[in-house]
Amino acid sequence: MSPGRTAATAGRVLLQIRHDPRTIGLLVIVPSLLIGLVAWIFEDTPVFKEIGPAMIALFPFIVMFLVTSITTLRERRTGTLERLLAMPLGKGDFIVGYALAFGLLGLIQSAIAVSFAVWVCGLDISGSVWLLFAVAVADALLGTTLGLLASAFARTEFQAVQFMPALVFPQILLGGIFVPRDSMPDVLRVIGDWLPLSHAIDALNAVANGTHDDGWVWTRIAFLGAWIVGAVIVGALTLRRRTA
Amino acid sequence: MATDIAISIAGLRVRRGKTEVLRGLTVDVPRGQVVGLLGPSGSGKTTLMRCVVGVQKTAGGTVTVLDAPAGSAGLRRRLGYVTQASSVYDDLTVRENLRYFARVLDAPASDVDRVIDETGLIDQAAQLTGSLSGGQRNRVSLAAALLGAPELLVLDEPTVGLDPVLRSELWALFHRLADAGTSLFVSSHVMDEATRCDRLLLLRDGEVIADDTPAGLLHATGAPDAEAAFLAIIHERESGGDTHGRHAAAGGTR
Repeated sequence: MSPGRTAATAGRVLLQIRHDPRTIGLLVIVPSLLIGLVAWIFEDTPVFKEIGPAMIALFPFIVMFLVTSITTLRERRTGTLERLLAMPLGKGDFIVGYALAFGLLGLIQSAIAVSFAVWVCGLDISGSVWLLFAVAVADALLGTTLGLLASAFARTEFQAVQFMPALVFPQILLGGIFVPRDSMPDVLRVIGDWLPLSHAIDALNAVANGTHDDGWVWTRIAFLGAWIVGAVIVGALTLRRRTA
Repeated sequence: MATDIAISIAGLRVRRGKTEVLRGLTVDVPRGQVVGLLGPSGSGKTTLMRCVVGVQKTAGGTVTVLDAPAGSAGLRRRLGYVTQASSVYDDLTVRENLRYFARVLDAPASDVDRVIDETGLIDQAAQLTGSLSGGQRNRVSLAAALLGAPELLVLDEPTVGLDPVLRSELWALFHRLADAGTSLFVSSHVMDEATRCDRLLLLRDGEVIADDTPAGLLHATGAPDAEAAFLAIIHERESGGDTHGRHAAAGGTR
């Protein structure tokens, strides 16, 4: 791996996206619109206060996962991946380059989603908005890197789109949004406790409701960070220079 | 020590599913020449080129490129590769594409202008690659392979879809590069391109059935052109004759 080639790859990905303003628009506003929709649905009830923080975890996570899950596939299809792997580009340069580029977009997206939820939809936050933002960014990065990991495995478009329900839906179901994890069967609760999205949801709830101190929240962020790093490493390892 | 062999292949086998695409192929490609790899589609040209580049899984045999094992890390800077699909980014301009590949290769920034000029893309440099014609896109792909002045160029059908003028310009470029010491390994399924090569390999069903200069090939078969020579060799082999045996490389399953 080389910092120069990683940065060149990240810059190239951002340049590609810059030529596609509609994608930027969708990336930036879709999660906020969805959060706004949820707030509107539960306008005169206390529900949004309860599930609002989880929505900040959910929508950017899903959007970033979907966008990145087709990236490697796209490069594979057009032959650019084969060209790059025949060049002195490290597999890590490729994956980390993508993670940095989409991570930056995720950061912008999270900033807008958090601001929208707090200042437009009136989501009550007991803790620090900055901490809420930090968790949201880690969560968007998690969606980005898990998408990249899925992408490294996908060989066809049909496979790529199915990684979303396969890898994301269980995390939503076991994350404690619909049913608190404590009231799930033991096996499911334990699985849910190890899934990264659960920690993002827990952390956002903790900041919103002021139930835990900052140290506890940062531990959740560190847990997300471990998943992010792990996904990047496994994603890079699964890229093969030689294919059949 | 550098030898005068650019690519040395011995007993190369590649299997795809149950079929053997390359069957114990053995051949040497000299340095500093334009060597054409000709054969019908499905004969294994692309697979052979991928082996040389080192991106193909093989089932046996050795491939030595510029005195190093194919696919070794040190070769990635010394070898330029153009795939059949123009493997460039449609959503970047020509110049943006080349700038990125130049940075990956650590090639000097001035290389971008040089290869744009060499491939005749000056007027398209600021255009999005996706808006170009197929032939222009192929030239962007070729331009990317020329970055960093590699010692060996592996070009998989680089002249497909080009008008005759451009095609002849590209062949002139290939020979200029060869004169400057670059080795070129160029595939084509268009037989009339054969005469533009310094040396020819005819590939059929994963075996090299001829390895000669164009003149030598025509002389040996008494055929008027490469297409007829190809047919003559196939006919000869199928009728069991061995008159032109000296043209067949030591390939083939034993």
